[in-house]
Amino acid sequence: MPTVHLRFSALPAHVRTARLVAATVARRSGVGDDLLDEVRLAVGEACSRAVGQHTRSGLNEPVTMRLLTEPGRFCVEVADVVPIGVPLPGITSAADLLDADPDDMDESLGLALISGLVDDVAVIPGIDGTVVRMTWAATAL
Amino acid sequence: MDLSLTTRDEGDRTVVAVGGEIDVYTAPKLREQLVDLVNAGRYHLIVDMEGVEFLDSTGLGVLVGGLKRVRAHEGSLRLVCTQERILKIFRITGLTKVFPIHDTVSEALTAVG
Repeated sequence: MPTVHLRFSALPAHVRTARLVAATVARRSGVGDDLLDEVRLAVGEACSRAVGQHTRSGLNEPVTMRLLTEPGRFCVEVADVVPIGVPLPGITSAADLLDADPDDMDESLGLALISGLVDDVAVIPGIDGTVVRMTWAATAL
Repeated sequence: MDLSLTTRDEGDRTVVAVGGEIDVYTAPKLREQLVDLVNAGRYHLIVDMEGVEFLDSTGLGVLVGGLKRVRAHEGSLRLVCTQERILKIFRITGLTKVFPIHDTVSEALTAVG
C-alpha cells in the first residue's frame, strides 16, 4: 500500500503545508479534480483541530498525517497524541455559535465542516490520542 | 498565498476587502483587523470575500466573533461573496442564517436592516 507520512510540529503555519501535500497526493492517487477542494479543506480542518489539541494540552509532540493510496480509494488519517478525556464537542447550531467560547466554536465548526464535506469520515478517540480518518473514492491510475 | 487586507470607509460603513487564504495561521490577522475597527468606533462592517481563495473554520470563527463585537454596539457585519466554494462552507455550517450575504459591495452598502 503506497503511503506518505508527514509529521509536523503543532504550529498553525504548518497546516497549510499539510493541506498542499494531501491535495497533491490525492491528485496523484486519482481523486477527481472536483473533490480536491474538499480534500484540501477537510484535511486542513483535521490538522487545525489536532494542532489546537496539542497547543491547548501544552504538548510538544508532532501531529501525524498518513496518506494511504489503496485500490479505488484515498484515505487520510490525522492523529493527535492528546489522551481522550474531554468529550469532543457536539456540532452546534448556528444560533448556539453566537454564545460559544471561541475555542469550542472553532472546534465545533471544524468538525461540522468535516462531517458536512466528507461522506466517509470517522473520529476515533483512543487512550493515545484521537485519529480523524477520511476516505474518498479514487480512480485507478 | 498569505492573507491581504485593505479597508476603506464609506460613510458610517467600513469595507474590509480580504484576499488570499484565511486559515488557522492567518485568521488572527483578520481578527485583529476587525477588533481594531470596532475599537475605533466602526460598527458597520462589510467584509468583501471575493478575493478569498481558501476559508476554513478558524476564519468562520473570526467572522462570527466580529459579528458578536459589532452587535454589542448595535452594529452590523455583512459579507460579499459569490464564489460557490466559499458559499458552500457557510451553508454547511448553517452560517447563511447568521450573516447577510450580498453579491456586490454596492448592494451591501445600500442594504438596511
